[in-house]
Amino acid sequence: MKKDIILSGVGGQGILSIATVIGKAALKDGLYMKQAEVHGMSQRGGDVQSNLRISTTPIASDLIPTGKCDLIISLEPMEGLRYLPYLNPEGWLVTNETPFINIPNYPEETLLKEELNKLPHKVILNVDKIAKEIGSTRIANIVLLGATIPFLGIEYEKIQSSITEIFERKGEEIVQLNLKALDAGKKIAEDLI
Amino acid sequence: MSKQLLLGDEAIAQGALDAGLSGVYAYPGTPSTEITEYIQMAPISAERSIHNRWCANEKTAMEAALGMSFVGKKALVCMKHVGMNVAADCFINAAITGAKGGLIVVAADDPSMHSSQNEQDSRFYGDFALIPMYEPSNQQEAYDMVYSGFAFSEKIGEPLLMRMVTRLAHSRSGVERKEPQQQNELSFSSDPRQFVLLPGIARKRYKALLERQASFIEASENSPYNKYFDGPNKKLGIVACGIGYNYLMENYPEGCEYPVLKIGQYPLPKKQLMQLIESCEEILVLEDGQPFVEKHLKGYLGIGIKVKGRLDGTLSQDGELTPDSVARAVGKENKSSFTVPTIVAMRPPALCEGCGHRDMYNALTQVLKEEYPNHKVFSDIGCYTLGANAPFNAINSCVDMGASITMAKGAADGGLHPSVAVIGDSTFTHSGMTGLLDCVNENTNVTIVISDNETTAMTGGQDSAGTGRIEAICIGIGVNPEHIRVVIPLKKNYEEMKQVLREEIDYQGVSVVIPRRECIQTLARKKTKKVK
Repeated sequence: MKKDIILSGVGGQGILSIATVIGKAALKDGLYMKQAEVHGMSQRGGDVQSNLRISTTPIASDLIPTGKCDLIISLEPMEGLRYLPYLNPEGWLVTNETPFINIPNYPEETLLKEELNKLPHKVILNVDKIAKEIGSTRIANIVLLGATIPFLGIEYEKIQSSITEIFERKGEEIVQLNLKALDAGKKIAEDLI
Repeated sequence: MSKQLLLGDEAIAQGALDAGLSGVYAYPGTPSTEITEYIQMAPISAERSIHNRWCANEKTAMEAALGMSFVGKKALVCMKHVGMNVAADCFINAAITGAKGGLIVVAADDPSMHSSQNEQDSRFYGDFALIPMYEPSNQQEAYDMVYSGFAFSEKIGEPLLMRMVTRLAHSRSGVERKEPQQQNELSFSSDPRQFVLLPGIARKRYKALLERQASFIEASENSPYNKYFDGPNKKLGIVACGIGYNYLMENYPEGCEYPVLKIGQYPLPKKQLMQLIESCEEILVLEDGQPFVEKHLKGYLGIGIKVKGRLDGTLSQDGELTPDSVARAVGKENKSSFTVPTIVAMRPPALCEGCGHRDMYNALTQVLKEEYPNHKVFSDIGCYTLGANAPFNAINSCVDMGASITMAKGAADGGLHPSVAVIGDSTFTHSGMTGLLDCVNENTNVTIVISDNETTAMTGGQDSAGTGRIEAICIGIGVNPEHIRVVIPLKKNYEEMKQVLREEIDYQGVSVVIPRRECIQTLARKKTKKVK
């Protein structure tokens, strides 16, 4: 098993929290893992990405080569499109549909939708809306993570226990809320594919 | 012991802690900051009283670490590559004094300039200083090199340079730890004049350092970090340094067809290099950063060995290596099925909404653009450098730490008015204070804005050396207290801020305006902590 994942978004959106959950689950599974992050200047509202590589065999490069990425997980629709050259022909884009507009030349929403619809394999969902329905916009990232479950190559139970472990110290209520968010995302993806 | 998921930076920190570190000395700088932060957070640092407070700049850090080495203890110095320029005086001379306790200097290079103003390669510094260097290819090596490096430093009596690059510093992977060691006891050199670099002593020590170069090469030849892998196809021999090796192997999952020499320790291992050169027709050098090894092998005239790399265009001379650029260098290509849609716009970083620097720039540019069309603004390194972008377009320079004040001085000396400097509080105490003294000594007609957010914000909110004492420092340096003006950068205060700026620009002499409001990022973090 080998999964190359690009996580993308805007600095401050919290893409690294998604990486942490997947990383913990992968490590539990005894898998090899490398995860390259962006720190520093771009964290100030610029575009950010993280390369997450998981494999049953040792991994050479910290960066994913062009055309080899299996899954792009994006908290922002335009940011998901930015990394398309890395996606392999069978790869999936799972993205939040809500734009984060902090630049004057942000593309029109209809054009953005057009580009997203051109992709053969994609899951587009409004994670903020779903998160709000469940109870808190703060779990939007986990909804998005849930929507990647069909493509991750890591057992659902392992992701669940990873979430439980990470949020344990914040109390049972928060754990349940996050597990609910994960499940909601998973269901949406399963319905769409 | 089970594997721990660590950033390259964290692996260095953990390696140093496990090796029996007594002190880390550093000034924050991307991509090196996380090393010191990890040591600050580690429970063992408090248990063992390991020094871990931030230093005023890289020079003070390097010198303090040399002092700790002087008393026989293990010390680590961390900085970004440009910090090496600041620390260089002590760094180069520390190779002549040598070390007593193990001393490792970490320089984190930033090829592609993700968060920097140049992409200088610190290996040139190690070569310049004539000391051994490490360049890890992965997190485990980073840990191992530091863990065993202190003993190597003590054995040869020299500091070591550890060269990192952004991609490794900020990438996580599993790291296996080794048995934790004890800290060293207090001890001193048997030679009481070892650290006294009077010319007569320095000449002897320098000669001795030169004589030991052969033994450093021998250490590299026997190093576990330099490995020769034979391959059947001798058309090409590949020298792969640091993470260049990873990108090469990414392209050869079943093993490379060419002989490969993986480099992790310098000076270059002569024996293995000779073997590679004698058995292969051509040499390809894969190294992140500048063509350091390639230049060595090629020579200035390039009439010896056939060497390919960054100098002949096989690889770009600027920018970091990637698995794709290395693929092309070995005649492969990573194809993509999708392109970036043309509607995808650049999203450059920007000052946070609510940031005090925004209000400082709004007031400053309103005054300068409307009332002083001949103005120039010299700025510095920090979040406020983003004032160069729209909507502010407020600054005319950003060169090196502290250069705002001194460049404003030179420009004022040359006849510019208003000559304005914009510098942050942490950059001011790093390297701005001496420039202010120059201004005071000549009563230069400059207006210096110290935009004080009470932290080192750009690197993530580390302590700032002068917090709470900026006015006192300025008074101490000799600025007239009447021309040290503190304002609170908020929208409601714009008229007051503008008036203060007008008065100080019109004043013939050194004036300091201090817009002070805490960084909203550190403020938000404090609030979350309180709730918890």
